[in-house]
Amino acid sequence: MSIIGISFGNTTSSIAAPTKDGVEVIANPDGERAIPSALAYIAEDEYHGGQALAHLIRNPKNTIINFRDALGQTFDKIDPTVTERSAHAVELNGKVGYKINKTEESLEEITAQKATVRHLEQLKHAAEDYLGSKVEGVVIAVPTNFSEAQRAELLQASKDAGLKVLQLISEPTAALIAHTSVENRLEEDKTYVVADFGGIRSDAAVISVRGGIPTVLATSHDYELGGDKLDSALSEFIAKEFEKKYKVDARKTARSLAKLKDASILARKTLSNVQSATISIESLAEGIDYHSTINRLRYELVARNVLNQFTGFVEDIVKKANLDVLDIDEVLLVGGVSNTPKLASNIEALFPESTTVIAPSLDSKASYPEELVARGAALQASLLENFDEEEIKESLAPVIVNTQHLSKAIGIVDAEGNFVTVLKAETTYPIRRSIQLDAPKGDVLVTVVEGEHSIKETVLEPAQADEDDEDDYSDEEPEVVREKLYVPGTKLAELAVRDNQAEKVEVSFNITKDGTLHVSAREVRQGSVAFKGEVTHA
Amino acid sequence: MSLPSLPSSFGAENFKLSSKYSAPTRRPIEPVGRYFLAHATRSLRGHTWSEYEKIEAEKNVSKVDETDEDADLGDEDQDAGLLAHDPRDWKTADLYSVLGISHLRFRATEDQIRRAHRKQVLKHHPDKKGEKGGLDQDGFFKIIQKAYETLLDPTKRQQYDSVDEGANVAPPAKGSDYDFFEAWGPFFEAEGRFSKKQPVPSLGDINTEKATVEGFYSFWYKIDSWRTFEFLDEDVPDDSANRDHKRYVERKNVAARKKRKTEDNSRILDLVARAIAEDPRIKLFKEAEKKEKERKKWEREAGSRAAAEAKAKKEAEEAAAKKLAEETAAAAKADAKKSKEAAKSAKKKNKRALRNAAKDNDYFGDASQAEIIENEINFLIESFDDLQLADYAAKVNGADASAAKTILSDAVKEQTSAGKLETSILKYFS
Repeated sequence: MSIIGISFGNTTSSIAAPTKDGVEVIANPDGERAIPSALAYIAEDEYHGGQALAHLIRNPKNTIINFRDALGQTFDKIDPTVTERSAHAVELNGKVGYKINKTEESLEEITAQKATVRHLEQLKHAAEDYLGSKVEGVVIAVPTNFSEAQRAELLQASKDAGLKVLQLISEPTAALIAHTSVENRLEEDKTYVVADFGGIRSDAAVISVRGGIPTVLATSHDYELGGDKLDSALSEFIAKEFEKKYKVDARKTARSLAKLKDASILARKTLSNVQSATISIESLAEGIDYHSTINRLRYELVARNVLNQFTGFVEDIVKKANLDVLDIDEVLLVGGVSNTPKLASNIEALFPESTTVIAPSLDSKASYPEELVARGAALQASLLENFDEEEIKESLAPVIVNTQHLSKAIGIVDAEGNFVTVLKAETTYPIRRSIQLDAPKGDVLVTVVEGEHSIKETVLEPAQADEDDEDDYSDEEPEVVREKLYVPGTKLAELAVRDNQAEKVEVSFNITKDGTLHVSAREVRQGSVAFKGEVTHA
Repeated sequence: MSLPSLPSSFGAENFKLSSKYSAPTRRPIEPVGRYFLAHATRSLRGHTWSEYEKIEAEKNVSKVDETDEDADLGDEDQDAGLLAHDPRDWKTADLYSVLGISHLRFRATEDQIRRAHRKQVLKHHPDKKGEKGGLDQDGFFKIIQKAYETLLDPTKRQQYDSVDEGANVAPPAKGSDYDFFEAWGPFFEAEGRFSKKQPVPSLGDINTEKATVEGFYSFWYKIDSWRTFEFLDEDVPDDSANRDHKRYVERKNVAARKKRKTEDNSRILDLVARAIAEDPRIKLFKEAEKKEKERKKWEREAGSRAAAEAKAKKEAEEAAAKKLAEETAAAAKADAKKSKEAAKSAKKKNKRALRNAAKDNDYFGDASQAEIIENEINFLIESFDDLQLADYAAKVNGADASAAKTILSDAVKEQTSAGKLETSILKYFS
């Protein structure tokens, strides 16, 4: 018996399985680790993954793509344009479906749910072939805004495909779990932006991790923005070049458009890794072949508008969470589009230096952004393995999941009057945290305060331009360094540690379930006595 | 970072509350990751932090304990003599000591042998010895390999165990002073390893029941031993050149084996016989048997003894009863005589009283008829029975003339009406 994690995307899906030391992303029999979520039909044959995607050129009417978002939705809620180059989405009994001509005569109606069942079955087979054992349990990652109806349909589809869903988790947290699974990163209290750039949509979430428990502070979704937009920009560029050269418009026929799209995707992916790519399309239009090379700089210029939209999208989510970019400790880029170097560097420029942006082009040690979600799902699956169904159900009850979060940071004041954070804002309780501080001999004062923060902007005087240095552009605008400062705010309580003999004093904060903050302080010495007090919330 | 000192104005209190902290916001946390699951487990089971930590810590401890078993296997040190043993004579070396498991011997499992061998190899591999300078010191390593080979093969191991002197326990020396169970127990335990039938019954102690003890010795008389003596075989020459010699050696080996086996069997039987002879329980059982016999005999004779006793008792009782009867009869006779005489005299006295009643009262004024009265009173007295006589005598005694006359008249009336006195013969009292 095995358990797996599935990331089920509109464009691609991934499967991952927990191994002895971590998680392994499973490739399908064609060697694809990011398996295209596509199904194609010819006569009695069904094609899946990359093989189905190839049908978009020859057999688009019988190829189903981008069906994930249609699951559990009514026809008027979905955007039918995402299927304009494949089997068109139509209304079937109020649900979304696709009409497939397997042969000339027969017309088969395949609902989005049926397509999902087939897709999940294929993923299950791929996993079982690889693992050599039956897949019993699965954790599936879904977008944060997946509605109850969509969840219900996905659960039903999984059941029909023979998969027992242990838990549905949200995509950004899955990615975060995968990212933080190494080096105990989950233990650090940090605030993350998880930006997931997919094929046809982009999602972002601001997630704070406190005491190892993630909380989503804000989410944002853009159904217009995605890799398709980049491909369209590149297609447009190629079409224009082609028109200029041969006076033939390659945007007239569906087949030409499909070929343009295919070539653009290939070129985009190539340019993520190398500086230049060859574009070669046989018989693009009217039997004329197209052949040229494009370098990364050209591509970035062509796609500049779209790339800026991505940056704006991330900027907006930080504002939506009522946070400053200084509050963000790490930005995690997820999804295949995140491989684009310019996208990552644009986002890095958006944030101050204290913020780490995680993308393959910036950090060679970062994991593949398109695999993060599946890895996270598999990690969660491995954790759930030790729990039975009833326990999982109980753990997901609102009484467990809905918890109180501190609205302000709580800490203590040190000898210089500075604020020392013990519990950050958005810390969920029950929590227990302690710090050790140097302390003078004799009686010691521990002042418990809430932290107030302010943003300090320092204008750096431009360095005296060297007369001889003609390449110096720095005098265009003075550099502004912004800093977030915490100062002691409302005083909550004062605690005296009498007759300290040790070098250090340990201050422990323990907020119980009812919200009572138990403060205790003791000298770091065997058999020392703790001085205690309690603070309640307003 | 360091903490400030307590200002002198702080006061005696240790904790001063100033205000409450800002109201928290309720948000759903993401139900993923091990910290969430730990949180959920704590909340569901109502554990506090320390309880949860304790439970988790205990989980870890049990894991560590499992892996530490048998860690010191094969750590025994070999003595210098064994280390210098000639590898060509490896058969004479103590193979269990070679692997450092002489405390286990035939009890060692295959896994234990493997692990012990591994340890010895790490310690005695020629590559390691070479470092210390002694280049041609691989003799002991050869013995280790031979020992490993022998002990891991079930057949070879059985052959070696058969002649493993280290596992043998000597029976107590004859004539020496020893505790039977302490001396023989280990011997039988050690010999028991050769039995095909397992488990072997134990010798027991002084309180063991007779049936168990007898079962123990009958087991040893009938013991089916797998002990073989191939290990002591003379090496059969491997060359085909001298076939006759080879066959001669083989035959000699077979004969030697047979001889040793027979010797071993008779050795066991002799020792079992000796043990029985020395077993204090057997002596106790014999004594008990003797006592039992005596007791039974005594019981058997009990019937006749009781009959004789009963007869004597009966005779004595009869004699006593007879004597008593005689005595009572004699007494009764005397009594009867006495009372008879008393009654006679009482009668006489009463008669006299009645007679005198008339006489003393001057015949009631009728002295003329004195004779008639006396006669009639005599008749009356004659008619009275003893009781009436006593009764009337008592009545007339002391009565005056008329009263006495009335009494006597009443008595006559009573007697005549009763038909005991004829009216015709009466004149005065009619």
